[in-house]
Amino acid sequence: MSRFLNAVLTAALLAGAGVAQAQSAKYPGVGRDATPKEVAAWDIDVRPDFKGLPVGSGSVAKGQDVWEGKCAHCHGIFGESGEVFSPLVGGTTAEDIKTGRVANLQRADYPGRTTLMKVPTVSTLWDYINRAMPWNAPKSLSTEEVYAVTAFLLNLGGIVPDNFVMSDKNIAEVQARMPNRNGMTREHNMWPGPEFSKVRKADTNNVACMKDCVPEAKVASFLPDYARNAHGNLAEQNRLVGAQHGADTTQPERKAGVAASATETPAAKPAPAAKPAAKPAAAGGDNKAVLALLSKYSCTACHAMDKKLVGPSFQDIAKKHAGKADYLAGKVKNGGSGVWGPIPMPAQSLSEAEAKTIAAWLAAGAAK
Amino acid sequence: MQDNLSSGRIRKAPENFLNRDEIQTVVAEAKQGRRNFIRNAFAAAAAGAAGTAALAQGNPVPTEGGDPNILKLPEHSTGLGQGVAVDDGYGKPSKFESNVQRRQSPGLTQTTQASVSFAPLQSLFGIVTPSGLHFERHHQGWWDIDPSKHRLMVNGMVKANKVFTMDEIMRLPAVSRFHFIECGANTAVEWGNVAVPTVQYTHGMISCSEFTGVPLITLLELAGADLKKGKFVLAEGADGSSMTRTIPMELITSGEVIVAYGQNGEMLRPEQGYPLRLVVPGVQGVSWVKYLRRIEVGDMPYAAKDEAVHYMDLMPSGLHRQYTNIQECKSVVTTPSGGQVLLDKGFYNISGLAWSGRGKVKQVDVSVDGGRNWRRARLENPVMSKALTRFNIDWVWDGKPAIIQSRATDDTGYVQPTYKQLRAVRGTRSIYHNNAIQSWLVQESGEVKNVQVS
Repeated sequence: MSRFLNAVLTAALLAGAGVAQAQSAKYPGVGRDATPKEVAAWDIDVRPDFKGLPVGSGSVAKGQDVWEGKCAHCHGIFGESGEVFSPLVGGTTAEDIKTGRVANLQRADYPGRTTLMKVPTVSTLWDYINRAMPWNAPKSLSTEEVYAVTAFLLNLGGIVPDNFVMSDKNIAEVQARMPNRNGMTREHNMWPGPEFSKVRKADTNNVACMKDCVPEAKVASFLPDYARNAHGNLAEQNRLVGAQHGADTTQPERKAGVAASATETPAAKPAPAAKPAAKPAAAGGDNKAVLALLSKYSCTACHAMDKKLVGPSFQDIAKKHAGKADYLAGKVKNGGSGVWGPIPMPAQSLSEAEAKTIAAWLAAGAAK
Repeated sequence: MQDNLSSGRIRKAPENFLNRDEIQTVVAEAKQGRRNFIRNAFAAAAAGAAGTAALAQGNPVPTEGGDPNILKLPEHSTGLGQGVAVDDGYGKPSKFESNVQRRQSPGLTQTTQASVSFAPLQSLFGIVTPSGLHFERHHQGWWDIDPSKHRLMVNGMVKANKVFTMDEIMRLPAVSRFHFIECGANTAVEWGNVAVPTVQYTHGMISCSEFTGVPLITLLELAGADLKKGKFVLAEGADGSSMTRTIPMELITSGEVIVAYGQNGEMLRPEQGYPLRLVVPGVQGVSWVKYLRRIEVGDMPYAAKDEAVHYMDLMPSGLHRQYTNIQECKSVVTTPSGGQVLLDKGFYNISGLAWSGRGKVKQVDVSVDGGRNWRRARLENPVMSKALTRFNIDWVWDGKPAIIQSRATDDTGYVQPTYKQLRAVRGTRSIYHNNAIQSWLVQESGEVKNVQVS
């Protein structure tokens, strides 16, 4: 907050003290005063009262350009994509902007909750876009771009008009139109300080009854059979020895009272001596280097090994462009669009050699 | 065997159990007479499958007149073992423990950089989570930061903005305390219905460590913070997301909040915020900011993304409860638990974990009949404030279906609620802060299933 005021105060303090720094009597020699430049570099937060918000502005139109280049990959052209994160836009109405309460949050049957349905304070959007976006290059947007993208996002939700230019001067007016600005309560006892409410009582009230507490218990919900193996073989997720072992979920559940037949396969239990880490034997040193590069350049933020995320899976790419290492190196480095659908891939800031390493791996089949 | 099954007795899982692919290898080896004990185990398994009663006992005397594991001295009793660390100075668990791992829940998140891996609670003992098994939650990927370049700044409503190096922070008087850290979303997937099979996925976003560091109040005093008007503190991380959270000053002036660099006797792991993280006892994990780079003292809450948009509780009225922070009293039975199989009837030690964000666990009760009758469990020492507490209770399984539950009470008198009680207040659309009583159904087959009772 108030980084400028702080900077001024700190400068004055330093001037007054000459070169001597404020030192603690109790722990001498530990810590030094921060310079105004240092505080300005790090004090980036913006509060709901807009303290900390830098002077500047940005238009919805400019925001659209930035959005399509840097945001749409993950969030969709209209902020609607739920493929990587929850959708940002949707579920709010013009009526919500009047009341400050999102009506769909009161419906038990409304399926999703978008960011604009929930966020009560526009400062939160500005602050988070400024500090953490874009996803793979946080803090790379200019102040104008942050204003513009925030305005565009709000425009997608019908909160500001198409020709709107948002600035530090009018952001408080925008706040007065946030669809869920009145949707919060602090009347609860789950905040550890005394600031918000005087509610000190817990909202649930159980008693430690010991005998005949409830009628016979009935199972109301249990894991469906199809989900039994959805997390993999549970026999391999439990210790090999102990009072109980893991269930072999690759096999149907044994029913009590049914005799085990002679043909039944014994519940599989991993034999560690024979089958140590269950790692694919093919993974050589080269793969390791490639996987490290994929992680380093956040390729895995958009591409998974064997399923579509934002972009196609590495294995689909490998299948389509087998053997074409040079072509792939170009695409990795310069980005592209239209081959796999409407969402473009931006150019990447890796070296030629690194692009070639990844391309060679893809061209050879993208082994895990 | 049939009789035993119908009365609930089940076949013991033989040792060195083999799957279909391994059978051929083992038979070949057995033919060569090299590993008799494997052949015997295989024969026993086959006999069990064919329906003899022999394996109904937990630990039967083999027909050969003794267990080959006893009669034939193994290699480790007759050969020379390995030397002390030569090329690997950091020890690792036994290769036979490779099943005990952190795991992701398939389909829960789309990208590994904003994801979760769960601690294997079903396999842990005591109250300390080994650092390598501590659950992970990242918001924009983890980093291994050079500690000599890491800085902590204290600014805002202070007399002088301050900068500290790690060297300086580690010169200050240190405290070491055991605390649990639980993600506010722990058990979230179960708000509406049973969703996942094991305690690792239902409750594995909790861990407990001994943390070492400097009380945050020491650093605030060094900067001359205004502790009266400055009612709130913003904690900010140095990773891409620069995770920010508002912390109430009351927790800091009490001395509880620690700027920590140590965990279980070593430095923090990179996945846990190396070299510096905030420790906020009793409060959900998202406030324990990792890669801590800045503390700002202010006079109002900051409405950071994760407190304005997430980590809120959606009430049936459509209002969100904002700034819900405290992890209320909660417990779970870890053994036996979902996805496990009891090997036979007879004695078992039911064991689990209890905790409260408001203080110490005072009492844990266990039911094996779905909450109708309860018995007081033993609390194992140490019992510490805002730390995990281990409980144990004796149980003899008669082979009939049983529903196992645990119910914790903390020293404020608060009793962990049932699902019915929690939903009566908060409905079923919440995500965070689910501390309801967990139920595990032990079936006649011995397999334990995750269930909820009405």
